[in-house]
Amino acid sequence: MPATPLHDPTAPPLPGAGTEIRNTTCYMCACRCGIRVHLRQGESGPEVRYIEGNPEHPLNQGVICAKGSSGIMKQYSPARLTQPLKRKPGSERGANEFVPIDWDEAFQLLEERLRHLRATDPKKFALFTGRDQMQALTGLFARQFGTPNYAAHGGFCSVNMAAGMIYTIGGSFWEFGGPDLDRAKLFVMIGTAEDHHSNPMKIALAKFKRQGGRFIAINPVRTGYSAIADEWVPIKPGTDGALLLALVHEIMALGLYDRDFLARYTNAGQLVNQDAASDDFGLMLRNAEGDIVNPLRPHNFYWWDRLSQQPVADHAEGADPALLGRFKMPDGTPAVPAFQLLEERVRPYTAEWASGITGVPAATIRRLAHEMGITARDQKIELPIAWTDSWGKKHDSVTGNPVAFHAMRGLAAHSNGFHTIRTLAILMSLLGTIDRPGGFRHKAPYPRAVPPNARPPKGPEAVQPDTPLNGAPLGWPESPDDLFVDAQGEPVRIDKGFSWEHPLSAHGLMHNVITNAWRGDPYPIDTLLIFMANMAWNSTMNTSEVRKMLNDKREDGEYKIPFLVVCDAFQSEMTAFADLILPDTTYLERHDCMSMLDRPISEFDGPVDSVRIPVLPPTGQCKPFQEVLVELAGRLKFPAFTHADGSRKFRDYPDFIVNYETAPGSGIGFLAGWRGKGGEKSMRGEPNPRQWEMYEKNNCVFQHHMPAQLQYMRNWNDDYMRWAQGAGLRRDRDPIVIHLYSEFLQRFRLAAQGKHKGKQPPDRLRQRVMTYFDPLPFYYAPLEEQATDLSKYPLNAVTQRPMAMYHSWDSQNAWLRQIHTENYLFVNPKTAGAEGIVDGGWMWVESPWGKVRCMCRYSEAVEPGTVWTWNAIGKAAGAWNLAPDANESQRGFLLNHLIREELPVAGGGTVSNSDPITGQAAWYDVRVRIYAAGADEPQQTWPQVGAVKAVPGMVTAPKRRSWMAGLGLGRKAAP
Amino acid sequence: MTQLALVIDLNVCVGCHACVTSCKQWNTSGSAGPLVDDAPYGKDPRGTFFNRVQTFEVGEYPNTQTVHFPKSCLHCEDPPCVPVCPTGASYKRKEDGIVLVDYDKCIGCKYCSWACPYGAREFDEDRKVMTKCTLCVDRVTDKALPESERKPACVLACPANARLFGDVHDPESVVSTAIRERGGYALMPEWNTRPANHYLPRHRTGMTIHAEDLVRVDNPLKIDGKQPELPQQGAGREDYAT
Repeated sequence: MPATPLHDPTAPPLPGAGTEIRNTTCYMCACRCGIRVHLRQGESGPEVRYIEGNPEHPLNQGVICAKGSSGIMKQYSPARLTQPLKRKPGSERGANEFVPIDWDEAFQLLEERLRHLRATDPKKFALFTGRDQMQALTGLFARQFGTPNYAAHGGFCSVNMAAGMIYTIGGSFWEFGGPDLDRAKLFVMIGTAEDHHSNPMKIALAKFKRQGGRFIAINPVRTGYSAIADEWVPIKPGTDGALLLALVHEIMALGLYDRDFLARYTNAGQLVNQDAASDDFGLMLRNAEGDIVNPLRPHNFYWWDRLSQQPVADHAEGADPALLGRFKMPDGTPAVPAFQLLEERVRPYTAEWASGITGVPAATIRRLAHEMGITARDQKIELPIAWTDSWGKKHDSVTGNPVAFHAMRGLAAHSNGFHTIRTLAILMSLLGTIDRPGGFRHKAPYPRAVPPNARPPKGPEAVQPDTPLNGAPLGWPESPDDLFVDAQGEPVRIDKGFSWEHPLSAHGLMHNVITNAWRGDPYPIDTLLIFMANMAWNSTMNTSEVRKMLNDKREDGEYKIPFLVVCDAFQSEMTAFADLILPDTTYLERHDCMSMLDRPISEFDGPVDSVRIPVLPPTGQCKPFQEVLVELAGRLKFPAFTHADGSRKFRDYPDFIVNYETAPGSGIGFLAGWRGKGGEKSMRGEPNPRQWEMYEKNNCVFQHHMPAQLQYMRNWNDDYMRWAQGAGLRRDRDPIVIHLYSEFLQRFRLAAQGKHKGKQPPDRLRQRVMTYFDPLPFYYAPLEEQATDLSKYPLNAVTQRPMAMYHSWDSQNAWLRQIHTENYLFVNPKTAGAEGIVDGGWMWVESPWGKVRCMCRYSEAVEPGTVWTWNAIGKAAGAWNLAPDANESQRGFLLNHLIREELPVAGGGTVSNSDPITGQAAWYDVRVRIYAAGADEPQQTWPQVGAVKAVPGMVTAPKRRSWMAGLGLGRKAAP
Repeated sequence: MTQLALVIDLNVCVGCHACVTSCKQWNTSGSAGPLVDDAPYGKDPRGTFFNRVQTFEVGEYPNTQTVHFPKSCLHCEDPPCVPVCPTGASYKRKEDGIVLVDYDKCIGCKYCSWACPYGAREFDEDRKVMTKCTLCVDRVTDKALPESERKPACVLACPANARLFGDVHDPESVVSTAIRERGGYALMPEWNTRPANHYLPRHRTGMTIHAEDLVRVDNPLKIDGKQPELPQQGAGREDYAT
């Protein structure tokens, strides 16, 4: 007989403890969902009781993932740094011995040193960051300082995904655009693990499946999203380019492409100069009588009008371009439509050919192409939206072909990734799915010009003492003259970005910085300031060697990289090497903005930006890094931060966000919402002193819904372009024609052939540039594979990120580390069995560069030629204030030890282990072999590094934790 | 009589663990908490979680299925954990069918966790009582919350909307409809526990291609004076059973 319960399951556990709810933005990953933070009042101040998704936020609509739900354990992690620290005088770097200092001293140290560098040789100061979202500020700081040596993490991460698509369609995935799963009928996800945009992808994918959509996942591994795919297509890593080229071949051979779309909206019909003797061979023929439209990027091309059988201006009224055929101009110049050249290029790329390389059966490859082509052709969508294109033609409706894609690092992190991704963008264009319903849709500020207008500086003369750079430190080269090289064609940047070794390195190459600085090639630097990047552990290749480089000294006893400053919220393997540590706040303790000037959170139907506001005071003496930069910028009297009379323009970071404009009076600032004196304007307007308040009142988010006739076909949508130009999203409003054929790449090839009056590559790089700067994609095996004895190292090794952790951010989180406490190497049972390795047994995985001892986990969900692990779970002992015997260091491992940042070249010397076009770190190219560990070997991962100690200001990690907000237990995370 | 329950859609669960940690954070600071974490920063951390996700594989490569499987107390209609409890701490509410632990009566004998065939109960090493999913009884009965939020934390958190919530005794509820229309099933029905929670199975969407789909009179190649290649090997045959 059930009696009345004694414990009331609905009674509040701390009666009388009030709860306040404040809205802000999550930062447990770069998805940046809107959250409601429940704060319970306790005797020791507010503590976080609960973090939930904000139902009113457009991005996540109330949902929240495992990481966002674990923010409490990030806030109160014992790994937190709480005071500025200086390396103890007399101690060695890496010994992890620090003394606390106050911020005055920290700022003074930095100000003195940076002022001296700025006045003598600004490039000796290097600023590199991890996955931060304020690249608009960090980039501005570097530019104002006058140093070219700045980048965020993109070159290490997935610049190929950005560049490969941006140089083709003027946009890319992640924050820049994505699949329209509301209307798609077929969705193909390639080379994707858990990633941002994460929650919106989960929301959309579930709805897509429930609506009867068909989901195909192409990946060497079947985890995460791929688990719910209707079909899994296993593929060998680094071969997706071959698959995609074969798909393009099949689509073209069977006529399954959208001809109308290609003719009008891509350069398929543009006539290419095919005069082998000409210096302009392979460039587009130019029509002297044609309309230039935009002198900075002239549009005067030719079509061969198949109706009148003669060359005409492209988009001439009544003309229809021939897409196939070979023609002669009146002056005899051979002229071929770009589409014809593409067709010739893919002719040998048959399904049989691709099958041998990828491991995907030829019949499957053909069938995939058929599914895509037939779905695109036969299930057309029509929306009753009238719109006008850039050439003045009025369309009664917006139509679409419901085939959508998503792709990520599995394609990007290879030295052949750029061409692979160009091929994907071409495939998406052939299917007629760019910025159309059911296909791929851009997100503001994209689409942007091919390529966008920002350019890096052009030579060493741009770097002058006490002078800002005359351009952004990063940009999008269009021709060899845009390269950042000296008179000998050698790099000006420390990471060799925008040099002939990898010209289109739009996101820099953080993986080369320490090695190059240590070697003094191209030159030594003085100060390296690192923000939220663990470049001594997982944000680096060849980890063991890089750690030695950080400690290496010159003959005079000074460190080869003399001054190392690390700003982070948590102690780590990287902070152990610092000379100066600056404690950052957590995301709950600061202002931030997700800005249109960097990576906003726009939706398909319009721009969206957002902010973070502090819901808790900073812990200890933590200070947001953005505040540090604003303070330093004021002290160093950067022009953008200083009035003419020498006084500071900005009080602090929030003041800077509100009042900074891209140019005086431009009305364009970091935040697009509630501009104008009273907050009455959007996108553009005078600074509004109450802007932060207005964001806070509105779920910290600003959303602008564009009218329907502006939402689609934006590359060529005249009304959209006018609006985008007026709103400051674009500088120009000329159409963004899709570059199936890239004459920009051809320009670099011509320079390497000596057929160009401007900058030329050094002789040792001519052949490399000639080979890889092909205006059409082609397949080549990854560079490392070409340099490896494949019979000795037959397997591919890759990593991916689990759903419950982002980058390497989460092993200091008590809840998330219970989901992933240690990582195994996942191996197909037949592959493991052939080496005598048992499930759960210890094994070695070895590349030509290094080896690791780790544990094996059998998996049928991986193709037999690949082994893989979760990245960033393995730690050095003691890092993150984990116990020295914690699983992460004893049983977890880092694959990075196997991967080298450089490859040897024939004839001596080395080249960056990167994509030769963009410098993308090729960390998925590594080839390995596996074998069982000996029975007498220690049951411990290898290598082990010296334990990382706690530093002053950290609390002791508790041996047991029972979190209940309001009891003051959070205080134990602060001294 | 109401029987609240969860229906978990395995067709859309991507194994993100949102349900795991949203439950943890809601309950650790709520009336069911705190939920301990032992060795939170040390070797072999183990804490109390009311909901866990197990990911497992079925079949042999290349026909492998990967299944993400969340599991928490299934609030059985005939719960074996209730009659075995010596103190009456384990009980099932009449008003909504939620099965709970009365912490003030529980003596930590663990008999109930042996009786549960689903392994849904966890012994909290700090408080020395048995704990389990409460179906967020403190949320679903809280009139101060807007009605749309009177749901378990895991249901609101789930980004894939894979967790449906409602009364399985109400034929028009979203959960009853899903069970009926999507073939929702109970776990281990042979134990006669009549779990209230159900699971929705995987559903595979294929595509059939007919030969004439590939050969068209209006083929765009003809506009440029070319003939399409005839497709090889017929069409529509798939090579993997997955």
